[in-house]
Amino acid sequence: MQERNNNSAEFFLNVELAPGSKKMDPILIADRVSRNFGGLTAVDVEHLEVQRGAITALIGPNGAGKTTFFNLLTGYDKPNHGEWSFNGKNLKDIPPYRVAKLGMVRTFQLTKALYRLTVIQNMALAAKDQKGESLLRSLFPFTWRKQETEIYLRSEEILKKFKLIDKKDDFAAALSGGQRKLLELARALMVEPELIMLDEPMAGVNPALKQSLLEHIKDLRAQGKTVLFVEHDMDMVMEISDWVVVMAQGKIIAEGPPKSIINNQEVITAYLGAHHDAELDENSESMASKNLKGGVNQ
Amino acid sequence: MDFLFIAQQTLGATIGVNTVIFALAAIGLNMHFGYTGLLNFGQAGFLAVGAYSVAVSVETYGVPLFISFLIGILNSVIFALILGIPTLRLRADYLAIVTIAAAEIIRKVTRSATFNDVLGGSDGISGKFGKDFFDFNPFKSGLETSIIRFSANDLWVVIVGWTIVAIITFLMWVMVNSPWGRVLKAIREDEDAVRSLGKNVYLYKMQSLIIGGVIGSIAGFVYALSRQSVQPDNYSTALTFFTYTVLILGGAARVFSPIIGAMIFWFLIVFIEQMLRQAVTAGYIPEWLIGVNQVGQIRFMLMGLGLMLLMIFRPQGIFGDKKELALDARA
Repeated sequence: MQERNNNSAEFFLNVELAPGSKKMDPILIADRVSRNFGGLTAVDVEHLEVQRGAITALIGPNGAGKTTFFNLLTGYDKPNHGEWSFNGKNLKDIPPYRVAKLGMVRTFQLTKALYRLTVIQNMALAAKDQKGESLLRSLFPFTWRKQETEIYLRSEEILKKFKLIDKKDDFAAALSGGQRKLLELARALMVEPELIMLDEPMAGVNPALKQSLLEHIKDLRAQGKTVLFVEHDMDMVMEISDWVVVMAQGKIIAEGPPKSIINNQEVITAYLGAHHDAELDENSESMASKNLKGGVNQ
Repeated sequence: MDFLFIAQQTLGATIGVNTVIFALAAIGLNMHFGYTGLLNFGQAGFLAVGAYSVAVSVETYGVPLFISFLIGILNSVIFALILGIPTLRLRADYLAIVTIAAAEIIRKVTRSATFNDVLGGSDGISGKFGKDFFDFNPFKSGLETSIIRFSANDLWVVIVGWTIVAIITFLMWVMVNSPWGRVLKAIREDEDAVRSLGKNVYLYKMQSLIIGGVIGSIAGFVYALSRQSVQPDNYSTALTFFTYTVLILGGAARVFSPIIGAMIFWFLIVFIEQMLRQAVTAGYIPEWLIGVNQVGQIRFMLMGLGLMLLMIFRPQGIFGDKKELALDARA
């Protein structure tokens, strides 16, 4: 595990600490991807490369365009301009289900557990190439029974790892919020992805589950998978990410290892505003109180 | 009051031709609404396509009856494609709007004077287009017992009809319990999640729409054949809503619920009607309160009241799982 970590750090030895820097072995490359909603430019990414086999965090203040960027990369939304590729394959105009089939699987900010399916059905659904998913074969159970048994075995194995095995016959809706997050991650693994994109995996998860989620994500890296995740929880970002990409107002404003990012002036500005540490002078204070009074009078 | 007559009428309706038709229509709708979450408000349109395909092919163009069934199935597939291609990529409510409009368009076209020669206008088509089917009828006389009566033709329709219902129900059971069915149920829950797992949601929704539609058109075959006539106004939106009633009575997303739902639906309608009619005739209900001619409307009012009570006290339907329904509230 430790050794693996060192290796991941090595990926970035010669990488420049600048937005859009070149990586040794990028799995995902985005080029001039932009998306406007009316007059608002939600995403305007000049260039981004995501290193294979590493954990990359995508952070930024609310409204920075992180989720929109995720949606664009996975085909859930179409950009106004831009090209992006996964494993060298151009993903422009590729629908979400084919993106997933190619090995790039995402989760959602608002967990999408399939409520009226049981936990094990949630898992089995995600398995790739189940022949019984074709309409014609569905009528002939002997053509898919064996495969289904294998899929269930594999599902149970993963559920054991995620400590959800006791819940396997419960409806997904009966799980707690944190357990649903775990299920969503476990389910994504059933697709056997190369790149896993997690949209706020820690949102609403209690500290105990958080720790186990962290371990699972590290474990993915140990298995040689690539992880790209959006997160607001800075402790998590600092603890597990090998590389951090910072977005603000749709643009990538900084890139680097976690330690370099917390001291980056541009990042602090983006999060807290340019004058966050300037003292309030007499003038602005009285302005503020005037505004307040005005508000009360109204 | 003649209770034997009431029992006879009620029992006949409970397992009769109309029950077969509604059960089939609801099985198709169950595929759409119950399993895939598709809001199809035009099931009557699929029945009309089936019924008219048979009547028009045989009566107007002289096509053999059994080939007209194939034409009917083909037409319902085309109808499903026309409905699905533009709407299945969009949010669920668009399908609802398009299907309800399309079913009405079909009804309006079939009853328009312009196509009188082919489609028969508002009178529809009556004739002997079911002759080939009834030629196979092994029953020379009808069923005449003290508690149940069917004419020879009805008996044949009912037996063939229930056989079809049994076969289709069995196929449905196999399909919805397969990995294919699992994808459908997952789409009902959250289609974006299913996309993220590498399934072509659009294709599955289309397959579901087509299969449910074809089953609907088979209900249309039975409708047309049993009466040897088709009339446009039989395929109004009311038929779709009755089909929903049947499905919700039984409980959506249960394989047997359309059958039980259809039986209960027709049992109640005929039972209430016969009871009221006899009570009015016998003077138990005074004429100033309910006249004989009002019984037909009153039975639907009572039916509606019954449905409301069902939704309040057993919202999951007869077969539904209350636990599952509670989960749907996304607590």
